[in-house]
Amino acid sequence: MLNQSLQQQGDALRAKTISSVELTQLYLDRIATHNPVLNAYVTVEGHKSLAQARAADAMLANGSAQALTGIPIAQKDIFCAQGWRTTCGSKMLDNFISPYDAHVITQFNAAGAVNLGKTNMDEFAMGSSNETSYFGPVRNPWNIKAVPGGSSGGAASAVAARLCAAATGTDTGGSIRQPAALCGITGIKPTYGTVSRYGMIAFASSLDQAGPMARSAEDCALMLNVMTGHDPRDSTSLVRDKEDYTRELNKPLAGLRIGLPREFFAEGLSQDVGQCVQAAVAEYQKLGATVVEISLPNAKLAVPVYYVLAPAEASSNLSRFDGVRYGYRAPDYTDLTDMYEKTRAQGFGEEVKRRIMIGTYVLSHGYYDAYYLQAQKIRRLIAQDFVEAFKKCDVIMGPTSPSTAFNLGEKGDDPVQMYLSDIYTIAVNLAGLPGMSIPCGTGANGMPVGLQIIGDYFKEAQMLGVAHQYQLATGWHSRAPTL
Amino acid sequence: MKWEIVIGLEVHTQLSTNTKIFSGASTAFGSEPNTQADAVSIALPGVLPVLNKGAVERAIKFGLAVGAHIAPRSVFARKNYFYPDLPKGYQISQMDLPVVGQGALTIQVEPLSGNAKPYEKTVRITRAHLEEDAGKSVHGATQSMTGIDLNRAGTPLLEIVSEPDMCSAAEAVAYAKALHSVVRWIGICDGNMQEGSFRCDVNVSVRKPGEPLGTRREIKNLNSFKFMQQAIDYEVQWQIDTLENGGKIQQATILFNPDTGETRAMRSKEDAHDYRYFPDPDLLPLDITPAMLDAVRSTMPELPTTKRERYTGSFGLSAYDANSLTSSREMAEFFDTTVGIVGGANAKLAANWMTGEVSAQLNRDNLEIAQCPISAAQLGGMLARIADGTISNSGAKEVFRALWAEGGDADAIIEAKGLKQVSDSGAIEKIIDEVMAANADKVTEYRSGKDKLFGFFVGAAMKASQGKANPAQLNELLKKKLAG
Repeated sequence: MLNQSLQQQGDALRAKTISSVELTQLYLDRIATHNPVLNAYVTVEGHKSLAQARAADAMLANGSAQALTGIPIAQKDIFCAQGWRTTCGSKMLDNFISPYDAHVITQFNAAGAVNLGKTNMDEFAMGSSNETSYFGPVRNPWNIKAVPGGSSGGAASAVAARLCAAATGTDTGGSIRQPAALCGITGIKPTYGTVSRYGMIAFASSLDQAGPMARSAEDCALMLNVMTGHDPRDSTSLVRDKEDYTRELNKPLAGLRIGLPREFFAEGLSQDVGQCVQAAVAEYQKLGATVVEISLPNAKLAVPVYYVLAPAEASSNLSRFDGVRYGYRAPDYTDLTDMYEKTRAQGFGEEVKRRIMIGTYVLSHGYYDAYYLQAQKIRRLIAQDFVEAFKKCDVIMGPTSPSTAFNLGEKGDDPVQMYLSDIYTIAVNLAGLPGMSIPCGTGANGMPVGLQIIGDYFKEAQMLGVAHQYQLATGWHSRAPTL
Repeated sequence: MKWEIVIGLEVHTQLSTNTKIFSGASTAFGSEPNTQADAVSIALPGVLPVLNKGAVERAIKFGLAVGAHIAPRSVFARKNYFYPDLPKGYQISQMDLPVVGQGALTIQVEPLSGNAKPYEKTVRITRAHLEEDAGKSVHGATQSMTGIDLNRAGTPLLEIVSEPDMCSAAEAVAYAKALHSVVRWIGICDGNMQEGSFRCDVNVSVRKPGEPLGTRREIKNLNSFKFMQQAIDYEVQWQIDTLENGGKIQQATILFNPDTGETRAMRSKEDAHDYRYFPDPDLLPLDITPAMLDAVRSTMPELPTTKRERYTGSFGLSAYDANSLTSSREMAEFFDTTVGIVGGANAKLAANWMTGEVSAQLNRDNLEIAQCPISAAQLGGMLARIADGTISNSGAKEVFRALWAEGGDADAIIEAKGLKQVSDSGAIEKIIDEVMAANADKVTEYRSGKDKLFGFFVGAAMKASQGKANPAQLNELLKKKLAG
């Protein structure tokens, strides 16, 4: 049951071969066994999940069930869920019980899915290894000495370890795709504006986008069907007709043009990762695709541009965590300024404080033009590179991350080395394009390798089809770690 | 050499939308603390702003009223600073690209001193931009604690910035009053200064003629025209004294204390914030299409200047009457409705009653025109009876008193009180004949030159007609008959 697809699990629920309560309990038991080591979940409240499961069983009984009714989904702890502690991986929100539901949570509730718990993450989604979480690092189920990636590391670890049927993640600079790659699962960040950000705690508003993390492209398509749709509460939510993301899953790949950016196969890419990606591309050629070399000349500027823009927005977004209305407040202080300073000094971790300081600096009087405005200009150039590239190809492929999962503590002392872990994913966020990662092999250390697929705007259904055809032809996505 | 005063104003007007600028929470004034603080007002994690179209429409209305350029695209920016009543840690405002660009407002200045004459002046408006109000810090609400009330947080504001075109407290007050009148006229702000719906920041500096602008100090949050005048007078004198004693003016933000009549520095430029403005990524640029502009334009009321021109031009009213009748939109609309009933030819009659009897009674009862117990339709109905000669002016006063006290309809009152005047010359002649017959001796006296007795005959005849005789007719006929 744990290795079955969402479609199969849903069929079993609708056929009453298993109830949602039984399925939920199965996962809850598994979480109880493995979460103490993996630390993938921050909050598990079985009674809440089981109450939802009972409601789902009622829907299944009266015939009002939808595709994901009764399926246990893990929610990244960045999504506010009414009555659930919502921490965003931070001491600042350790005590915060959300009084409202994020749009994504509302959508899953309406679909009858079960909220299995809140997954661990880098603090305020700032990190690429899940080591910045106030609640401790998440372990990679393929090797518990290794990181799962970040910031959606808890989600990736939980999906890989079968501690949930599927999970939600968010991706600001690679936070779905990089942990998906490092944990050997499938994750997709849709086009910016496709999934409402309402109730998703903001890191960098112009880059943040939610998406599914699951065991296959097919599962991701079913998840995306639930998560997407216009939401008037998010001004950046796009007004578009509801799509069925499964519609191109079975489309043959003959004639598909794959663009390989030469900049993604240059210095900095581990040899073993490069080989796996090339092998995957060869497999696609077997399936009828053609390959064309493309160039993204400004992609090399993506990391520095991102580390101006994302901290700038974050420095402002995180100002509301001031100890006045909710969340952490320092116990002892002398006056208002002292309260602010101590609350924020004690409530935020090192990486968050580093980014707040960078962001404050680049927005300061006298530096704004040189950093923020300049970065915005380059952002447009990066987006333009993709526009040119998509004139020559249908999808772009390359590595998701330059290496397989590294060990905990390995990059702890050097933030820039950590930032470079997202060197291939960040440009996609800056352009607002959809991007995904699928497993395509194992590296020298036996750890999973991710193939990144980048599509043109709103081409998620096509990308999912491209991924699904590969997953029909290969078995990388169905491998499971031994716990 | 004399000092020259330079004044510019920044006015925060609360826009009269029912809900906040970025959320659906109510903007009503005076509710229990935090009962109008929804998730967005509290700035819970994850909430997002959604722009209230009503606020945009009101900003456009203002732009049209002052002949300003309306930006086809404007941008919301975040102004970052920490304060407990600023829940997000930033205020959403507009910086580089405001919705309303340059415009102008013509003001009537009543000099405060001596025998100087009123004059007109045009003040240039630099810009007006949309932003959200902050909440309120309530000090002393609980012991040793400060309470935070977020009911006001997110109330839409239009900040209207003028050029430093004013050279006296009188001009500054006249500008503020004119602005106050305009925003109420076009219905974008209730103008309630006690409740903080219209708050003025005044930038004041002084210089010797021909010299560059002096260093300015900004008097914050003045919420009465009287305080504004006092604060400017005090501040100007303080700056002149400081400079004449060899001191220098430091740029500063200052507060006016109405109890002492003095201004006091709140913070100097040294501790000025770096607000780190940047475009708010949660909001799209505000695009105003020509169609939107036309739609708002079609809802614009006739503006006071246009009305005044019409009143003096088509109706032949005096400038004074035209000004009085356009002192508020309600007054002007009352007048327009009244004229609609009695006709333009009788506009002068309507104006006389509006500026005379109606205003006097409103003053006596301490009422605004909007609360007038007599509707424009009722007044028009009565004036129509004066115009067609049914009632005399004195009869009309009686009708007016009855309408004011009891309501009803002029014709019914005329009927009930028997106020219809007699305009039948036969009937009036008959009365005159009777009066002359009964006072033959006085007729003789009159005819022998005692002209003063004419009044006696008017009174006696009017009395005999029970006050109903048409006075003009009565006069005319009486003169003829007495002449023999």
